[in-house]
Amino acid sequence: MERVILHSDLNNFYASVECLYKPELRDRPVAVGGDVEARHGIILAKNYHAKKYGIITGEALWQARQKCKDLIVLPPDYKKYLKFSKLARDIYADYTDRVESFGLDENWLDITGSVHLFGDGKKVADEIRERIKFELSITASVGVSFNKIFAKLGSDIKKPDATTVITRENFKEVVWNLPVNELLYVGRSTHKKLRGYGIKTIGDLANTPVKYLEYWLGKWGYMLWTFANGYDTSPVSNIAAKSFIKSIGNSTTAPRDLVSNDDVKITVYVLSESVAARLRLNGFKCNTVQIYVRDNGLESFERQGELEMPTSNSDVIAKKALDLFEKNYNWDKPIRSMGVRACNLVLTGDTQMSFLPEYIKEQKEDALERAVDDIRRRFGHYSIGRGLMLCDSRLSNLNPKDDHVIFPISYL
Amino acid sequence: MSRKVFVSVFANFDTEGRITPLSFKWEDDRIFEIDKITNVCKAASLKAGGAGIRYTCMVCGKQIYLFLEDNKWFVEGK
Repeated sequence: MERVILHSDLNNFYASVECLYKPELRDRPVAVGGDVEARHGIILAKNYHAKKYGIITGEALWQARQKCKDLIVLPPDYKKYLKFSKLARDIYADYTDRVESFGLDENWLDITGSVHLFGDGKKVADEIRERIKFELSITASVGVSFNKIFAKLGSDIKKPDATTVITRENFKEVVWNLPVNELLYVGRSTHKKLRGYGIKTIGDLANTPVKYLEYWLGKWGYMLWTFANGYDTSPVSNIAAKSFIKSIGNSTTAPRDLVSNDDVKITVYVLSESVAARLRLNGFKCNTVQIYVRDNGLESFERQGELEMPTSNSDVIAKKALDLFEKNYNWDKPIRSMGVRACNLVLTGDTQMSFLPEYIKEQKEDALERAVDDIRRRFGHYSIGRGLMLCDSRLSNLNPKDDHVIFPISYL
Repeated sequence: MSRKVFVSVFANFDTEGRITPLSFKWEDDRIFEIDKITNVCKAASLKAGGAGIRYTCMVCGKQIYLFLEDNKWFVEGK
């Protein structure tokens, strides 16, 4: 049976929520921006009045102000956005239990099983849009298709407040003429590579022999080729099923540039503690640690390394991360952002038992970390911490575990 | 554009968990009885700025919207 998949994208989500609560700003250019003092001073979202001035998401606030000097920049209020995100999901849940979030403002819905109750994909999409507009005063654009990739593409084609239907009959006309970087997971570097081989549109990609793509891009080549041809069969996950976590990571843009190994050490420990605490919370241990480093020229790289045995211990994760960092960074430039990620996860119950002293040490450390978790749960995050954190309280004044609640789950 | 006026509400909570507002106190301490509730739905208030459960109420022969958002009640004031 042909699947009916919707992708709903809430237009200008943060800015729309802010404008609802501040009616006096609705007809003026408004953007939601990060904290300049903490150096998160970029545009996170903007309304259509601001869009007219050519303001784009991700640019620095000062750049945006040059384009529009009357721009009103509001600080983000994630609690409010989470609430509205949940309200929107409640609406989706009236139509299907198969709802998969992709960030706060985007969701896939598989309504294959409920079309006989509510009507076809377009009817449900229009109804959902109307309800979101009436109940939340936010407009949504919805794509309707037979797979997730085209549904997402559809939601990008017509904005705001519109439904786009992509069928097996019309996808070649609708999708294949779009530039290839519109496709999910064709980022900057893949786009550059594809352009080098003369692949400009999604249709070009679809008609390239898959062997070439595999040769140029590895397994991603095959995946993108299936995307472009509409062969994607990945399911929309169930709303009730706990999302299947493949990795747990945290990253931060430091309040000031990191200039020494000591600065990096503080940041890595803060991030590792958060990652380890979240591993324990979800009952995982990791086999691999990955770091992400971005210098103040905005060049970035990732490196990863295997651990000797699976762990959810912050000290082990931090030491591995620092080891990776020291081997791979030569301090050409100061560092702006860093991330630590735990991958290759196993469930805590599935780890190999051993009589070796390392294992016993690991168990003791695990008990210690759990005690710290418990203290933090009862008395707050900053009630207990490593001595290291006192070396520079500006850098360590960060609680990634509780401050950052948005984790768009990776597609793969 | 209208103001968002938070009001204190006297309401009935029935055994099913339904909430029925009976009257509310305006800013100047006047109490207005709600004669009838004609509709209850989830809605956003574009005029006052907010979103929640909207009670369409008849008060002194006029129709007003009374909103419940995060346990706070508000009406669209002039």
